[in-house]
Amino acid sequence: MDISFLVLVVIITALAFDFTNGFHDTANAMATSIATGALKPKVAVAISAVLNLVGAFISTAVAKTISGGIVDDAKVTPAIIFGGLVGAILWNLVTWLLGLPSSSSHALFGGLIGAVWIASGSSAVHFSTVVSKILLPAVMSPIVCGVVALLGTFLAYKITGRARKKAQTEGFRHGQTISASMVSLAHGTGDAQKTMGIITLLLITSGHLSSNSGPPWWVILLAGLAIASGTYMGGWRIIRTMGKGLADIESPQGFAAETSSTAVLLASSHLGFALSTTQVVSGGILGAGLGRKLAEVRWTLAGKMALAWCFTLPIAALVGGLSGKVADSGNGGVAIIAIIAIVMVSGIYLLSRRNAVTASNVNDGTTVTLEPAAATAGAAA
Amino acid sequence: MSARIVAASNSKLDIHWAALFKVAGVSLAFGVGVVVVFAVGVLALSQVETAREGGRDPRSGYAMAGVAFLICAAALGYGLYLIIPQFH
Repeated sequence: MDISFLVLVVIITALAFDFTNGFHDTANAMATSIATGALKPKVAVAISAVLNLVGAFISTAVAKTISGGIVDDAKVTPAIIFGGLVGAILWNLVTWLLGLPSSSSHALFGGLIGAVWIASGSSAVHFSTVVSKILLPAVMSPIVCGVVALLGTFLAYKITGRARKKAQTEGFRHGQTISASMVSLAHGTGDAQKTMGIITLLLITSGHLSSNSGPPWWVILLAGLAIASGTYMGGWRIIRTMGKGLADIESPQGFAAETSSTAVLLASSHLGFALSTTQVVSGGILGAGLGRKLAEVRWTLAGKMALAWCFTLPIAALVGGLSGKVADSGNGGVAIIAIIAIVMVSGIYLLSRRNAVTASNVNDGTTVTLEPAAATAGAAA
Repeated sequence: MSARIVAASNSKLDIHWAALFKVAGVSLAFGVGVVVVFAVGVLALSQVETAREGGRDPRSGYAMAGVAFLICAAALGYGLYLIIPQFH
């Protein structure tokens, strides 16, 4: 009975994380397509949602370990997973409120690292793996994608320079619908698997499934639906930042950014490392911004994003560690953390309503602020 | 403990650098390649319009666009092959 309550809460929390993962990452695939008018906002998130759901079902590469080796998986308990998930959810929501794209995977890893560290000591955290699997790729992948997108954008404008402006814009818009879909599909085959892996391992450790079992059908279905409905909600605040905020993006740039991102994501997963889609795509958008003459690139915002990336692991780890510690004390602790988390989530949602970014106004500005007045002043300035 | 981690980190970092250059090279070839070929297709379609308005034969433009978009479609197919494990 004791275990069942905790297991149930952790499954719900895992699905909640999957949902935030979906709406946090809609921007990766669709932001530039929405910004260039290649796809209408609602159509874009619908396509992305369907492809994420399809991706969840077609991929069989369900995570065999919860952490991919960054922590000692033998030390991971349901309370630790719960703490890690809470840390990841709260970080995802705070960055969404601020309109900052940041990696959902890093938030999850950060939460797990913190929870394992506090529960079992620093020796249970494999810092060398954290460096080689998370930190180095996080620094290198946006740079690689940025260079590819920069070169692609430069050549795209060079080649189509003699073409008619209308043919150029329309042609690349059509291309964008495909390239954006590829990013979505690649995302779906990767991210939904993480939640499935977590729930499956949880069921195994709690004795509901025999070891080495794959995910039951209802886990696949629920995880797929959670990430797809999150995607359909659309993290409009982040979509505005990535589509409009980072750089002025025209359709050839959007196509170059998405194609580069797909190339980097597929090349890396094929060779065995999982990158953060968010960071790859952000690098691609910046590169595409730089590749076109006279396109404005807003480095202040890029700097803010980079700062947010630096804080993702430590803050999610801190919140995850504290939540895991309290949750470890028993059902009462789990309930307390769950209630605190729900209150904070509601608070963040209410704050976001003060200056809501929606499908209808997502392209009407380049900044995401908390105060409506400040947004108007920012747009005027 | 620290000795093990240093050893592990050294071997992991070595693997990482080799793989990283491979990822960078493959991404560069495919990412830039597809964009360039697609751009050629877009240019060709634009030339088809121009040729038609000038009363010239648009067939060479169509042929070039056809070849370019076929290559892009092949790249798309390869991408789908990589993404969908059932094909492996």
